[in-house]
Amino acid sequence: MAGTLAEKVWEAHLVRRGADGSPDLLYIDLHLVHEVTSPQAFEGLRLAGRQVRRPDLTIATEDHNTPTLDIDLPIADLTSRTQIDTLRNNAREFGVRIHSLGDADQGIVHQVGPQLGLTMPGLTVVCGDSHTSTHGAFGALAFGIGTSEVEHVLATQTLPLSPFKTMAITVNGQLPPGTTSKDIILAVIAKIGTGGGQGYVLEYRGEAIRNLSMEARMTVCNMSIEAGARAGMIAPDETTFEYLKGRPHAPEGADWDAAVEYWKTLRSDDDAEFDAEVVLEASDLEPFVTWGTNPGQGLPLSASVPVPEEIADANERVAAERALEYMGLEGGTPLRDVKVDTVFIGSCTNGRIEDLRSVAKVIQGRKKADDVRVLVVPASARVRIQAEAEGLDVIFKEFGAEWRNAGCSMCLGMNPDQLAPGERSASTSNRNFEGRQGKGGRTHLVSPLVAAATAVRGTLSSVSDLDLPGHVDLTTFDGTPLTPLEAPSFV
Amino acid sequence: MEKFTTHTGVGVPLRRSNVDTDQIIPAVYLKRVTRTGFEDALFAAWRGDPSFVLNQEAYSNGSVLVAGPDFGTGSSREHAVWALKDYGFRVVLASRFADIFRGNSGKQGLVAGVVAQEDIELLWKILETKPGTEVTVDLEARTVHADDVTVPFQIDDYTRWRLMEGLDDIGLTLQNEADITAFEATREAWRPKTLPAKHLPSVPVEPARPVS
Repeated sequence: MAGTLAEKVWEAHLVRRGADGSPDLLYIDLHLVHEVTSPQAFEGLRLAGRQVRRPDLTIATEDHNTPTLDIDLPIADLTSRTQIDTLRNNAREFGVRIHSLGDADQGIVHQVGPQLGLTMPGLTVVCGDSHTSTHGAFGALAFGIGTSEVEHVLATQTLPLSPFKTMAITVNGQLPPGTTSKDIILAVIAKIGTGGGQGYVLEYRGEAIRNLSMEARMTVCNMSIEAGARAGMIAPDETTFEYLKGRPHAPEGADWDAAVEYWKTLRSDDDAEFDAEVVLEASDLEPFVTWGTNPGQGLPLSASVPVPEEIADANERVAAERALEYMGLEGGTPLRDVKVDTVFIGSCTNGRIEDLRSVAKVIQGRKKADDVRVLVVPASARVRIQAEAEGLDVIFKEFGAEWRNAGCSMCLGMNPDQLAPGERSASTSNRNFEGRQGKGGRTHLVSPLVAAATAVRGTLSSVSDLDLPGHVDLTTFDGTPLTPLEAPSFV
Repeated sequence: MEKFTTHTGVGVPLRRSNVDTDQIIPAVYLKRVTRTGFEDALFAAWRGDPSFVLNQEAYSNGSVLVAGPDFGTGSSREHAVWALKDYGFRVVLASRFADIFRGNSGKQGLVAGVVAQEDIELLWKILETKPGTEVTVDLEARTVHADDVTVPFQIDDYTRWRLMEGLDDIGLTLQNEADITAFEATREAWRPKTLPAKHLPSVPVEPARPVS
């Protein structure tokens, strides 16, 4: 029978098929662990006298709480320090590999997996973090789980799950200059809504997706959860294999050949049936920004803040009124007139080297707008090292931005990087929920290019608003691969 | 896990859609390493507002939350379920739930019942006109009863069975441990292992700011 990509990966991990409405038991290939959602899971194991079944399929890092300054000093916030110490102790006690703050392989868990070559096509990947969907960019079935499930995977390396439905999201054509994969996913979420993907695995396909670099694909899959979907997937291809080859944990020799042969079968069959389909034309896309307090409340930058009275659906109207009140915005205001206080460039959505390169290209030789704070936080220590090797840090500092150490940072403000009440940000992260970046903080989700242009002008802007000097070549901003991260060599 | 068959308690109308888990419990409260004691964190940003529903005496000891669509979206934090339970909630009713939140609820004995939006509106009306009205949730019959109204709710058969029996998932799975071991023997060599660890080249990480 013809199958979708998601169904093929599912079938390959069936330990036991559920009968009479009970869930299937699925094997988990890779379990990523961080400090926030794991302490209670390890405690559960301890109380039940259980071990981690497969420490060799488990890896931990510190990201949510980690400060981005003074990383060589003890963490000032005592509860954060306790949580990180707890992870370190648990890793030691249960024999789990950990990359701690200060380690070159520390960073946001969804960057650490791919950069080490642990994330591969055809795997099942879980983590106690909803943005685990990021790893689906490799053709893995990857999804976030709660702490009870973290404990379950630690103890059994499996999860009882009922099959997901499948939704094809086809993005035809080519992205216009100045738009990125972030604009694709913001447009998808605005189209299907924050609940539109509930119960589904989204499979992104079509020419515009194929043309994306591996990192740009990760941005798309990362935000699948913001449409309500547990997972997003993209069928692996040469771009995927190229990214993986030579990474520390990538297969070698005959194993590599066997893997690639299998990975090439990981695509939805031509006659596979999806439970739902959505089609977008990339050429219709513009830089997208959110105006409200959920990621579905987004519009093209050229639009104006919606006027609630004009919204027909009563629930949506009330939600819009509440969102505008929280955001301190008037209906009808052109989005380009919205002034920001902070620009945050980072997160598991857009904190990778290509994101930093694209920002650097826009801001090179410029100064940030007065009164705007610009924070650049690489997704991992490795990304930071790479950026510094390329001199990007110098460009950021000369621009007036703060160049920081790696972590989740202001995406969710669990560390000191937060918005003050009433402060407004343009953020390359993934959630514009009330208080997400700090109590009372107001977030506009944007692409790295919009973030860069906004940092220059101080109001929500796209690169087309900038008087571009000769050295900025806009054709490199069309979503086609920028220079890929060089395959690392071993020491 | 405690068995759940029926529950009767004060219903709390929460007329908001898209109540994400950052609203249920802000990230700042996630730094704790315990599994209990999150009651103060529930809806922390809204609790300061005197007009917020839980700040009204009639609802303050509520245990059945009746919420708008897309409840529990966003972050996977199970702390959202712990906070609801620690506050005293046993049931959340909404017309749509985020998948992860619904899963987490089932693991922790919190009933997440799917009720048609028109029935949610009906319940809201009852709970708002007669604050303090008790709601009875019957998991076996899958019904919600308030005042003179009885409406159905949906919950999948497996979660319902587990909740009614109070069963622990890990214990259930480990009954099939032989199947897990047999499956492991078939895994291909190319699948990654985190141990022994392989590293990218070792590079010292310098602090972003000079330290005196």
